[in-house]
This record gives sequence, C-alpha cells and structure tokens, in this order.
Amino acid sequence: MKVGIVSYGVYIPRYRIKLEDIAAVWGADAASIKKGLKVNEKSVPGLDEDAITIAVEAARSAVRRGNIDTSRVGAIYTGSESHPYAVKPTSTIVAAAIGAEPVLTAADYEFACKAGTAAIQTCMGLVVSGMIDIGVAIGADVSQGAPGDALEYTAAAGGAAYVIGSSDLAAIIEDTYSFTTDTPDFWRREGMLYPEHGGRFTGDPGYFKHVIAAAKGLMEKIGSKPSDYDHAVFHQPNGKFPERAAGMLGFSFEQIKTGMVVPMLGNTYSGSCMIGLAAILDQAKEGDRIFMTAFGSGAGSDAFSITVTDKIEDIRNGAPKVQELLADPIYLDYANYAKHKGKIRV
Amino acid sequence: MTVARFWRKIPHRYNLIGTHCTTCGEYYFPPRQMCPTCRRDGKIESYQFEGKGEVITYAVIHTAAKGYANQVPYNLAIIKLDEGPSLTGQVICEPGELEIGTRVRPVFRKLGEESEKGMIYYGTKFVPE
Repeated sequence: MKVGIVSYGVYIPRYRIKLEDIAAVWGADAASIKKGLKVNEKSVPGLDEDAITIAVEAARSAVRRGNIDTSRVGAIYTGSESHPYAVKPTSTIVAAAIGAEPVLTAADYEFACKAGTAAIQTCMGLVVSGMIDIGVAIGADVSQGAPGDALEYTAAAGGAAYVIGSSDLAAIIEDTYSFTTDTPDFWRREGMLYPEHGGRFTGDPGYFKHVIAAAKGLMEKIGSKPSDYDHAVFHQPNGKFPERAAGMLGFSFEQIKTGMVVPMLGNTYSGSCMIGLAAILDQAKEGDRIFMTAFGSGAGSDAFSITVTDKIEDIRNGAPKVQELLADPIYLDYANYAKHKGKIRV
Repeated sequence: MTVARFWRKIPHRYNLIGTHCTTCGEYYFPPRQMCPTCRRDGKIESYQFEGKGEVITYAVIHTAAKGYANQVPYNLAIIKLDEGPSLTGQVICEPGELEIGTRVRPVFRKLGEESEKGMIYYGTKFVPE
C-alpha cells in the first residue's frame, strides 16, 4: 500500500524581530551573529497566539488546501515542546477546531524539534496497518530562549500540518528511517520557563551525528543517493547546520535552497523541517524527489524519501504558501518582542 | 467563567456553529433553538458560519478589563456576518487599519484564560481580509 501526503498546511505569525534588535540589547555583535547563524530575523507569536492556535491554523490550512472531509480523520498527533498545557492535549483542541471529533485517537508528542515528524511516522503506520483512513500530523511551536541566551537569536514561532493517507496522494512517502540515542544535548525540566543546552555539544554529538546517520541509513535502506533528489531539507536550528549537513552527505546548496526557510523565519522547532518541506511542496513538480531529515535534541533524527505526484497541482493553491506567509511582516522592537513572548510578566 | 460554561460553548466559539431556520431562511448566532418569526412552524438546523463579514462599528479599547491589559490598544468590533447575524469580536490589526466596512475573516486565537493555573479559553477572533 502506498502512503503519503494528502494535503499540507502552514501557519506563521506575522510578527518578526530582527537579530540586530536582540543583539543591541545584549551588547553583542549583530553582524558576526548573523554571519555565524545565517539568520536575519525570526517570527514572534502574537499576544494571543501559542502552540495550540498555531497547530489549529496549520491544520485548518491543510484541511482547506486538500478539501479534506474531516470526518475521515482517524488520528491527530501534535508535536511541540511548547504545549500550553502540561496535562490536557493540544490534539483534542485541534480535533474540535477542525471538526474531526469524536471518533478518532489523539495524543501529543514531545521530542524537541522532531516531534512533528514522529507524528508523521505514527500516522503512516496507522494508515498502512488499516487502523485509520487518514491522520493529521502537526509540528507547532512557540519556542523558548532565555533572555540573552544564544537560543534567543533563533527561537521562533510557527507550525505545519500534514494529512497522511493512502489515496489521492500529493506526494508519496517511499520510506522512512530513524536514528535515536540518549544524548543530553538540550532539555527543559518540568516547570522551567526556558531550556538548557550543551552549547557546542549540540553540534557534533547531537545534530550532525543523528542527521547524518539517519540520512545515510535511509539512502542505504532504499538504495538511493543524493543526486537522485531534486530537493532536500534538513532541520534548521540555524542556517549553518543544514548547509554543513547537506555538504557532508553530498547534497548541493541548489538542492536545499527551496526548503531553506530559517534566514527569514528562525527555528520553529517542531515546525522547522515540516515548514521547509511545505516550502518545497509549494513549488515542486510531478516526479520531483525530496529528501527530508528532521532532528530533535535528546536526541534523534527521522529521515524521509518523498516523491511528488501530479495531484500536487490540484491542491497547491488551496491555502497560503510559505513564502506568502513570510511576506508582509510586522517588525517588533525588543521591548514589544519581550512582551509578546511573556518575558515581561505583569 | 466555569469550566462547564466554556465547554458548552466550544462549538460556537471554535467553529461559529449557529442555527438556521429552513422555513424562513433566517440565520442565528448565537444559536437559537426556536425561530422567533416562525415559532412552531420553524424548522431549526445547525449551521456553521464561514465567519467572513464586515465591521459595522468598533471601539479601540485603551482601558482594558482584567486579563487584557497587555493587549491595549485593541479593537473590539461588531461584525455583520455574510449570512446576516452580527456578533462582537476582537479584530487583530493596528487600530488605524480598521474602518467601518472593513471586510474580516476568522482566525483561531486565545480569547483569555481563567488564571495562570486555570484553563485557557480559545475561540474565534477576526483579522482584516
């Protein structure tokens, strides 16, 4: 049985902050930070937006784009590390908001930045096993970075939702492969406002080890090579890491440029790779092959090999594209950014 | 607001579920269980509003109620939905962007929260189309 993407949707809040404005507050050299991270600005949630509202908007966008009958939805999984409730599922609120209640299974996932792709894999399994007709996998975050911490320059807000099924596929997921180890490169303890991380330790033992292993593992498993793919997308904690990972694997910048959304968006954590994939689907042609590898600290990577079908043309214009959502931003200064992020508590 | 009171209104707040009288064609939001025009002859069915409409009037709130102080100034508008009924809602945009007659569409946002420990109220707000 074929399994893949029936539809997809993205939501990005309109607010942005430029890295210069963050650097100015902390006395840092903006030019060197921008050059090092390859990020210019990042998205900021509205005062009334959180991971739930972003998940709902992304899911509704996916439903509209694919003209999905939501009574068919048998599962909703939402991956996020910023679920507003510690106990009370995000996914039940999404189910109610898209009209998928009550006959479905739902749960929330947390696996740093790859909880959304874990949700895609779960939906794939349920579809292939025949347990559900279609499932909705969401990655959505209003990611946190402590004031002055390196994460503050990239921690952004946004999300993507994918409707996974076995018929009317806009893209076929040929296979998936995961690589997971116990690597404490990044964490947030219960009740803490901001995550902690291992600094440079998040690089080689974290991101690169897992991304490279999962990507190589999948290509070996299915007998493909980087030159077989028209597009590739890797988790984008900054602009530098995915470029380096692509180079290490033998992908060119040309292959990753369409899905490279981080310079104008920042790191949307669970949404990162999934928004990058959406940016590719916004432009891909029938027959294009896409290679995707997500990474979540803690740590693990999920790799996917995807082929676009002719159905993409039927759904593509049914909802806002990533580049449209990135256009026309409202820029905030640091004080208003801090208010939007709840860093000023009243 | 009690948990039960919010929970009962979830369909209306999330998805603008109202009612429609198939006898006279009138639409109601919030939902009415009896058509005031047709009375016993009215046939009421559930109806989901698309949520698009037009601002009839609005106020820019500078002195907010408890829990909304961090949002001032914000726009509170009466919106006439395309099917007919009017409702009050927040329109998310700079105060200067809003005019009487502005077309709006619905978005899913946080409406408020019971307290820092309490439940979060989600539902429909509006943005200019």
